[in-house]
Amino acid sequence: MKNEFIERHLNMNRRKFLSNLSLGVGSVALGSLLIPDLFGSKSESEAAFMPGVPHFAPKAKRVIYLFQNGAPSQLESFDYKPKLREMMGQELPASIRMGQRLTGMTAGQSSFPLVGSHFNFQQYGQARAWISDLFPHTAGVVDDICIVRSMFTEAINHDPALTFFQTGAQQGNRASFGSWMSYGLGSENKNLPAFCVLLSRGKGNGQGVYSKLWSNGFLDSIHQGVQFSSGDNPVLYLNNPEGIDSTNRRQMLDQLAALNDQSYKEFGDPEISTKIQQYEMAYRMQTAVPELTDLSKEPDDILKLYGPECLVPGTFAANCLLARKLSENGVRFIQLYHQGWDQHGNLPNEMAGQAKDVDRASAALITDLKQRGLLDETLVIWGGEFGRTNYCQGKMTADNYGRDHHPRCFSIWMAGGGVKPGIVYGETDEFGYNIVKDPVHVHDFHATVMHLLGLDHEKLIFKHQGRRYRLTDVAGQVIPGLMA
Amino acid sequence: MFHRYAIFTIGILTVFTACNNNMQDRTAEVMPDSVDYNFHIRPILSDRCFACHGPDANKREAGLRLDIADSAYKALQETPGLHALVPGNPMASAVFQRITTEDSTQRMPPITSNMTLSGFEIKLIEKWIKQGAKYKPHWAFVPPTSPALPEVDDEDWVRNDIDRFTLSHMEQKGLSPNPAADPERLLKRLSLDVTGLPPTIDRMDRFAKDTSAKAYEKMVDELLADSAYGEKMAIHWMDVARYADSHGYQDDNYRSMWPWRDWVIHAFNKNLSYKDFVSWQIAGDMIPDATREQLLATGFNRNHKITEEGGVIDEEYRVSYVIDRANTFSKSLIGITMECAQCHDHKYDPFSQKEYFELYAFFNNVKEVGLESVVGGPETYAKKPYMEITKDDMAGALRFINRQDSNRLIVSVMGEDTSRRKSFVLGRGSYDNPTLEVQPGTPLSVLPFNKSVYPANRLGLAGWLFDEKNPLTARVFVNQLWQQVFGTGIVKSTGDFGMQGELPSNPQLLDWLAVDFMQHGWDVKRTMKMMLMSATYRQSAQIPKNKLQADPDNKYLSRAPRFRLPAEMVRDVVLASSGLLVPTIGGPSVKPYQPPGLWEMATSGRGSLATYKQDHGTSLYRRGLYTFIKRTVPPPSMMIFDASNRDQCEVKRSSTNTPLQALIMLNDPTVLEASRVLAAKLLQQGTDADRNIRQAFRLIVCRTPQAKEVSLLAEYFSQQQAYYKKEPGQAIKLLSHGEYPQADVADKASLAAMMQVITTIYNLEETLSKT
Repeated sequence: MKNEFIERHLNMNRRKFLSNLSLGVGSVALGSLLIPDLFGSKSESEAAFMPGVPHFAPKAKRVIYLFQNGAPSQLESFDYKPKLREMMGQELPASIRMGQRLTGMTAGQSSFPLVGSHFNFQQYGQARAWISDLFPHTAGVVDDICIVRSMFTEAINHDPALTFFQTGAQQGNRASFGSWMSYGLGSENKNLPAFCVLLSRGKGNGQGVYSKLWSNGFLDSIHQGVQFSSGDNPVLYLNNPEGIDSTNRRQMLDQLAALNDQSYKEFGDPEISTKIQQYEMAYRMQTAVPELTDLSKEPDDILKLYGPECLVPGTFAANCLLARKLSENGVRFIQLYHQGWDQHGNLPNEMAGQAKDVDRASAALITDLKQRGLLDETLVIWGGEFGRTNYCQGKMTADNYGRDHHPRCFSIWMAGGGVKPGIVYGETDEFGYNIVKDPVHVHDFHATVMHLLGLDHEKLIFKHQGRRYRLTDVAGQVIPGLMA
Repeated sequence: MFHRYAIFTIGILTVFTACNNNMQDRTAEVMPDSVDYNFHIRPILSDRCFACHGPDANKREAGLRLDIADSAYKALQETPGLHALVPGNPMASAVFQRITTEDSTQRMPPITSNMTLSGFEIKLIEKWIKQGAKYKPHWAFVPPTSPALPEVDDEDWVRNDIDRFTLSHMEQKGLSPNPAADPERLLKRLSLDVTGLPPTIDRMDRFAKDTSAKAYEKMVDELLADSAYGEKMAIHWMDVARYADSHGYQDDNYRSMWPWRDWVIHAFNKNLSYKDFVSWQIAGDMIPDATREQLLATGFNRNHKITEEGGVIDEEYRVSYVIDRANTFSKSLIGITMECAQCHDHKYDPFSQKEYFELYAFFNNVKEVGLESVVGGPETYAKKPYMEITKDDMAGALRFINRQDSNRLIVSVMGEDTSRRKSFVLGRGSYDNPTLEVQPGTPLSVLPFNKSVYPANRLGLAGWLFDEKNPLTARVFVNQLWQQVFGTGIVKSTGDFGMQGELPSNPQLLDWLAVDFMQHGWDVKRTMKMMLMSATYRQSAQIPKNKLQADPDNKYLSRAPRFRLPAEMVRDVVLASSGLLVPTIGGPSVKPYQPPGLWEMATSGRGSLATYKQDHGTSLYRRGLYTFIKRTVPPPSMMIFDASNRDQCEVKRSSTNTPLQALIMLNDPTVLEASRVLAAKLLQQGTDADRNIRQAFRLIVCRTPQAKEVSLLAEYFSQQQAYYKKEPGQAIKLLSHGEYPQADVADKASLAAMMQVITTIYNLEETLSKT
């Protein structure tokens, strides 16, 4: 009986798979999801359905994306502009601004005084990369990372900009980056979701996160990001309630399976068997996940590497360590959000705190992955949704100022997973306002990351409401200069 | 081995539940005698050719249009001696030459498009050209006419006209209908479809006893008259209207739109005609001498997200609100993907970008701004224009609003600006790139907007929508009703009746229903009743092996569909069967149990929704419809069961089967509390375990359990009873879930064991399925 319905599913899947292929659904995706047997004996007519789909070997197998939510200033981190200190308080030249739009927060300002970084910069590593004193640990791994100083985006406010970065469109309801990768690459671990989300927040001005950022959009909801934490309840509803231990649970599931099987015999509905299997997977998750999220058993040298905060659930450091464990166990895409980077005012103070939250653990993650030999196949990304203005928002004093949103240039860094290490890519003008060399649009960034994962961004497609959707919409170019 | 297969199978299956669009016919690969443009050819051309040879003038290659017969027949611009299509002669047709050539540089579709035609598709096109390459207008843009009732062999099976259409389809396919469902399962199905709640014991008893010929119809009528009907029908409409209790966007503070939701329930319950229901929502404020109720109805168009992010560019957001209205109107009311034409001419359907902004123009005259206020107090809970609900309202026309205090209550509604705001085509859809000025209008290919009949404003648009020549309005709505009752629409792509949409599985039935709906005053309950009375609906949901093979997707409806309940009903079944449900209708949304820290982890820290303040007492036991929806952090138990996040208009939910759903049903305090309360109630009535199991099973699964089921559960009860007797501390802990007061039951071990039995019953596949 069981074999019969498996057979049917396989047949049905084969049929649907093939018909979807003719629609251009990425077969790369399915190749890795599907059982080898199913495709081992592929007939010629079936092969004919897969024309032109490239199978370039992935350099990265997994992604850990350390999203810095709220938009950290590039001018106090990775884009050194001594000119701004020299011209402190002077007006932003119109020849540089070129009438670019401003947010409603500073559009009404009568003046746009330039403001230099409160923090000093030094050069590090083989690329002699300028990094501010706020990021000493990151500076310590400079030869493993690739700093991109020429990112730009289209949105000027947080919600659309975040949504754009995470879904490839500003308006919401599209599939998120991680969901696309779950769809395209499938899962490496049958007890864990392919896409996990970890949240933390610093003390700086925050802008919140929205679950649409890890939404599956039009993709099936198995591709939705699943929120994890290192606390007592690492996944929502995972723990057995008080008064039920795992033996009780097993007994209940056995009863359930027996009863559901009765139902299957009566109705013959394959969904019933699927249900039984989903309960079994839930049971396995109950054991597998807490083991995985328990950070206390990590050896001392690892705990030291990430810093003492890594044992405090919900901190960025704890999330970095958890991300490494999840990644190591085959989670494809792990998205961290660290909130609190929106420094419209009080920038020096807040930014120092935010940097302290993330610097050590971000660098530790690189070091940790590297010593495990995993950095080559794990792509780590660090960055926010846009940059910040070179002029001051609000009142400027000798040691305090703020910066407004600036979509026209900002810095991120990437490491591992086929990224060219130890380089600085792209360049902005001496005012840190416009890009003068090698611009990288958000779509280009997506296309490049997908390429590193072995996916052609123009071919990983999902058809919904008659339209073929891509993460990169209708644009995006792979940037060879970022790749090793 | 089985293990591994099954896991993969599940993954793959769920991947494809959402993407197996419009392939059934083509994968069948049976060459039709007569090739039909609408059913065989257009789906291929639209999908593979129109993007470059279709309606979008800016992307058209070689000046060739294949979506219009005249253009396809005439001489090619680039090679005047050649014609794309030469009716009757494939070999002379450039189209056929180019899709069959061995020369990969010449071959269509080009390699760079990542698209191909299958051998079968090429043969279809060849045969179509041979047969004259006849074009036909797109089926959905031709007004429906009532088709003749089909002849069927098995006259006895037919209960109403719907059955003639389904049965004739089945007979053509060589299928015969399933036998009628057993009365218990039929009643559960009916009750869930009409009221969203399981049948009460009283109804189960009465229905079981009533042997009269009219027993079923009486029950249908009774349920349709139950006020829970309005709540059930409102669930879908909340998705359509993207209703939520917060403004959306980053700070995502509170908004008070719930009186509008109360109106929707009221309107369904009083069976307002669909024409009035929609016309009021589109233009209630503009009806001469509009009533307060008509004004409240226009809240529909203010349910979109509204920003409170300081520093946004006002016009950028104001334009986004107008766009949201135009998109919602198109998708939900006329089933077209007009939003594709926001940035450019539509790639597949004959809608130009200019037409998009003509439709947009209807919604562009609201007296509103992009950013009215940032996070604040009660004055920000509705944005202008709004109406204030007064004492007079509450005593009069708006009595149905479930107001619970005397605080000021404001609701966003529509209101026209006195001067007409000019509308423009926005280049690439961008607010700061106005180009050509446009006047309000509707897509020509659907139905031109007749300015001599209708005023060029929203009121006129409502008139246009219900014009008897409008080909879409009735079809789209009866299809949504069908989807609610049968799980899948007759047009499966509920929100897309265009060229790329799914073809109707039974076009004659769809048209017949649409015409019937219009001819009977857009009477929603009447159409609902007809579907529910049909023999098609009353079949059993068993899936015999031959049908699984012949019709795995149940397109021919030779069995009743079987599918998981929507998120709201999962909750409602648990609460209702345990007796916890508080059946109050309407009022402010409530905050039931939710895992801690979710709102707190994701907030900017501003506003009254920065922390989740869980409710207590009766508010814990309200229907799922009333669960508070904060857009940026929607309730996880609903989202995991595929509810909409209310970001944008949705007309169809996916239906997945995941381990996270299992975890909720096993560990959510709502389920545990319901199990505890029901267990106590049963034990207080008597200690006969078998009897209690039967009773619980009947309340939850809504049928008498089979002997095998009772014995399995009784065995389980004894096992658990022994465990909790041995571990009294565990029993106390288990019995502590939920805030509902503890019952006075001395035998804690038996209580805990019965609670476990009931949780098991809640987790049965059948419990959460419409069977």
